[in-house]
Order: sequence, then C-alpha cells, then structure tokens
Amino acid sequence: MTQYFIRRLLESIPVLVGVSLLVFLLLHLIPGDPAVALLGERATPERIEEVRDQLGLNRPLYEQYFIWIGKALQGDFGETINGRIPVSKELRNRFPATIELAVTALIFAVVLGVPIGIISAIRRNSLIDTVSMFGALFGVSIPIFVLGLLLIFFVGVRLKLLPFIGRLDPDIELEKITGMYVVDSILTGNMKALKNALEHLVMPAFALSTIPLSIIARITRSAMLEVLNQDYIRTARAKGLRSYRVVMTHAFRNAMLPVITIIGLQLGALLSGAVLTETIFSWPGIGKWLFEAISRRDYPIIQATTLLIAVIYVAVNLGVDLLYALIDPRIRYSGAE
Amino acid sequence: MDTVAKPVALRPTFREMSSRRWESAKDFLKRLWRSPSARLGGLLVIITVSLSIAVPLLDDYDAKRDNNLSAKYKPPDCVYQWIAAKFSDTKEDDVAWNDVTCDYPFGTDINGRDIFRRVGHGMSVSLRAGVFSVAIALTVGSTIGLVAGFISGFLDSLLMRIMDIVLAFPSLLLAIALVSIFKEGGLEKGMFAIAVTQIPRYARLARSMSISIRNQEYVTAARSIGTGNGSMLLHHVLPNSLAPLIVQASLGLGTAVIETAALGFLGLGQRPPHPELGKMLAESQVGLASGKWWLMFFPGMTIIMIVLGFNLLGDGLRDVMDPRLKK
Repeated sequence: MTQYFIRRLLESIPVLVGVSLLVFLLLHLIPGDPAVALLGERATPERIEEVRDQLGLNRPLYEQYFIWIGKALQGDFGETINGRIPVSKELRNRFPATIELAVTALIFAVVLGVPIGIISAIRRNSLIDTVSMFGALFGVSIPIFVLGLLLIFFVGVRLKLLPFIGRLDPDIELEKITGMYVVDSILTGNMKALKNALEHLVMPAFALSTIPLSIIARITRSAMLEVLNQDYIRTARAKGLRSYRVVMTHAFRNAMLPVITIIGLQLGALLSGAVLTETIFSWPGIGKWLFEAISRRDYPIIQATTLLIAVIYVAVNLGVDLLYALIDPRIRYSGAE
Repeated sequence: MDTVAKPVALRPTFREMSSRRWESAKDFLKRLWRSPSARLGGLLVIITVSLSIAVPLLDDYDAKRDNNLSAKYKPPDCVYQWIAAKFSDTKEDDVAWNDVTCDYPFGTDINGRDIFRRVGHGMSVSLRAGVFSVAIALTVGSTIGLVAGFISGFLDSLLMRIMDIVLAFPSLLLAIALVSIFKEGGLEKGMFAIAVTQIPRYARLARSMSISIRNQEYVTAARSIGTGNGSMLLHHVLPNSLAPLIVQASLGLGTAVIETAALGFLGLGQRPPHPELGKMLAESQVGLASGKWWLMFFPGMTIIMIVLGFNLLGDGLRDVMDPRLKK
C-alpha cells in the first residue's frame, strides 16, 4: 500500500515539472520582447528595463525558470504589471471566493446527480429514466455562459428572485476570517449576511454545477446498471432483503468507484468553468481575475492563476487515485506487480 | 452426376467488395436509425451543418458595413410578435395575423443589426472553427497515439508524458492561456489552441487501440508475410481503431463548439464586428438588465442546438459502433 502511494506520488512529479515549464514558457512564447509586449509600445525605456529586471529577462532561460519556480514555490509570483501589487496578496483575497463557488457547485452536483443516477438505474427505461437522461445530455450541451445569461434574465431580471452581481450587497457588513462569506457569516453568527451571501451564491453555483451534475448522473446510472446485473445482487434479493437495502448497501457501495473518480475529475471542469461563471456573475474570484488579466495582458497574474489551477487539478487527481486504491484493494495489488 | 465445382476465388472481385461494403454501410445506417438519440442528433446535425454551408453562400454579408441605428434594439417581430400580442393583457396590443411584419424575426442589436442574419453567419463561423479544431486534434492525436502504441519503448513514454502534461490543465484554461500569448489573429488562434487541448484524448484512445491490435493474430500474420511498420499502421491498425475515434470526434465536436464560443465570449475569438455566437452572447450582456432578452436568447439556443446535435449523434454512434462501450 505504502509502496503504491509513494510510486503514485513520484509519478506526479514529472507532470508537475512539465506543467510549471509550460506555464513559465507562456511568457516567452510571446513574439518579440515580452517586456514591450506587456507594457505596450509607448512605455518608457526605464520602465521596460525595470520590468525586464523584475521578470529576470536578462538572464539565461534555464536560470530564469529556476528563479521563477523557486519564488513560486514560496508563494511569490511577482507584482502585477498594472497597479504593481503583489500577485500573491491578491490571490489570497480572491482564491476563497472561487473555492466557495466551486465547492458549492460540486455539492449541488453530487447531491442531485447521484440520486438521479440511482433512480434512473433502478427504474431503467421508465419515463423518469428517459427524462433525466435527456436532461443530463442537455446539461452537458448547454454552455455555462448561455445558462448563466438565461438564469440572470429570468430569475434575476424578470422575477427579481435572486441578486446576480457579486458576493454580497454593498450595505451588508461582514467580518472576514476565511474569505468564504458563507463560512464567515456562520462563524460570526451574522444571519443577515449569511442569507445574503447564500442568495448571491445560488445562481452562479447552479450554473457552474450543470455539467458535473449531468456527468455524475450519467456515470452513476451506468455504474449502477452494471452492478445491478451481478449475481450477488440477485442473491441479496433472493434472500429477501428489502429493495432499499439491496440498492444502497449492496449495489451503490460497489458502484461508487467510478462515481468517485468522475467527481474528482469534475473539479477541473469546475475550476475552468469558474472563469466563465465568475465573469458573468461578477464574482470576484481568480477566474474573473484571470479574465481581466488576459484583456490587459498582465502575465504574472495569468501565470499564477494558471499554475495554481493546474496544480490543484493534478493534486486532486492524485488524491482520487489514492482514495481509489484505498477503497479497492485490486488496484493497489495490480500496481505492485 | 456431380458437376465440377467452379474454382473458388481466393480474393473477392471488386464488384463483390463494393457490394459487401454497401451492404455493411446499409446495415450500419439501419442500426443507427433504430437509436432515437442518433435520429434526433443526426437531424440536428444535418440542419445545422447545411445551414452553416448555405448561409454564407446565399447571403453576402459585410459585417463592417452592417449598421442601421434607426432600427436599434427592435424586439423580434414575426411569429413572436403575434404570440406576444395574443398573451398581452391590453387589447390595444393585439395585431391581426396579416399585420405581422417579418423584418427582424430575432430582433436587432445595439447597432440595429439583424440578429437573425448574424446568428446564421455566426453559426457558420462557430461550426467551422469546431470542425477545424477537431480535424487537427483527431489527425495529430491519432497519429501520435497509433505510432506510440505500435512502436512502444522510449518514444511511447516520452509522447505519453507530454500528453499527461497537457491533460494536467483543464482544457478551457489551457486554451485561454495559449490564446493569450498571441496578440494578432482572432479565430485561428482559438482553433489552434482548442486543437492542442484536445489532442491527448485522441492520442490516448488511439494508443490503447493500437496496443490491443498489435497483439492480434492478423497482425502477426501480416508481419510474417513481410508487411512493414508503415503499411501495417495504415492498413491494419488504423482501420481497426477508427470506430472509437469517430465516436470521440463526434462528442469532441460539441466540446469544440462550446469552447470556441467560450473563447469568443471572453473576447479571445473572432474580432468584432464579425459575427460569432460567443461574441454575440458577450455583447448581449449590456441589454440584459433592461429586458432585451432576444440578444442573448437566439445565439444561445443556436449553440445549444449545435452541441446537443453532436452529443446525441455521438451517443448514438457509440451505441452502434462500439457495443463494448455501451453500459
């Protein structure tokens, strides 16, 4: 077991190095002098030289990489080109907002997707099954930004049910502890802020959750169908176990593996989907920040956010693999051979 | 008395071959037709693809000259006008069927441009971009995968590690990062970026097919009569790994269309004033709060229609071509 863990951990190192190299090279793939490209043609020579120095552009490429990655590992991503504030400081402010959004979306997706998948599998080819599977296909086919705009218009503008800009109404005060407003308002016992934060969170989280929700529902259904055909399910039924018990303890536990994998994989979709969702709902997370940075060509921000998301993605996939091995002994034994 | 048996041809004649092919194609289409999702998806794909080909051919559209400020923000007329009048509370709004005009079936935008026309051209652009990026990704990815799987060894490990790195990024994020490098060029760089992010899917799939085919008896047989690597890849490995690749391509087209539109939405695709569905959606945000729903509704529905078509078709194709994947 430990052997498998160590091997899997070591395997992810080259991937992480490759990822960091690619992110590092982004800046150097820009045609021409990156410093000029960042600052524009009208920048003063002094400022250009300053930025060249800040980015370390005067050194050999490999040296630049080691300096950059060394600083990045310590959480130092340099200063933003516009405004010249430390990237890491702003990252700390914005990251909790994205996590709050992504985790809420994932909760929606799992809480709705898994039961839908189970019910569809049990009532195979029924109306419920057909409708939910078409719904799931529709869910993967509707882009986040289309759904987001539809929600804003119907729920926000027409029905005026929910707010659709930002995380909190401007007149509401909240002491920030974690930066996740829902958590903060619970910690400080601020019920007014909690209600407001939740209202702001519902629509963007739902828009973000549709794709993972649909995929989780589809995978749960197919995994359940496979398990429900097994002999031990027939045995359990023949023993006279209640249907609920058969489904939950015998079938679902065995169908859980592919479901867990797919939940892990959805985190990537959630994090990149956050770029679109945050832009539409003016959600001040790292996705919106990345979007703004791209239009201003602020590369330290682009590099920091891209690297952060990719590293999280790799880490989650690694975590899923390890969890998988923990649950299913067959995997770690086949890995040891 | 027994008649002398005719000599049996070892190789089928051309006519036999083509009739056999025709038979299997007919059989394939018949099975495809039986799947409801393939039927609906195929229909949607045929509609969207033929419109995308027809619109630019039939309608000469000059985006740079298209503005008509006197017709700014006109709501849709035509069928919508009639329906809206029927559901209106006040009697004065009621219009007779004959009085319904059909100048702007989808309404107009801030510059008074006809959204119906722009959706038509934008759809063509989005679909073309999607097809190109999938074509690039499919070609490059399956070449990498088939060769890597067939040859194995160092090259295989190297290529697959590179694919792992590309896969370590969420695809849209990598596309955004790649596009942000280039200042010039609109749609092309988006197509290129999306293609890069999709390559690993085809490479991995093709590699797994290639590895399983490598050990088949017919490959050993072909090798024993002296077939070379190149010929083997082209005549044995490629044809036998096509089915899953085609299924993946159909599903990948939906993703590529969404991602093209997403890049357009973020301002990284087609440059204004040229129409593109994602760009149109981004522009529609301005009018949303004041209730101008048509700016967003029609381009949005068009994207959904295209993507749903390819996803349904891909699902149907998978069920028919690769029953092993059907669960």
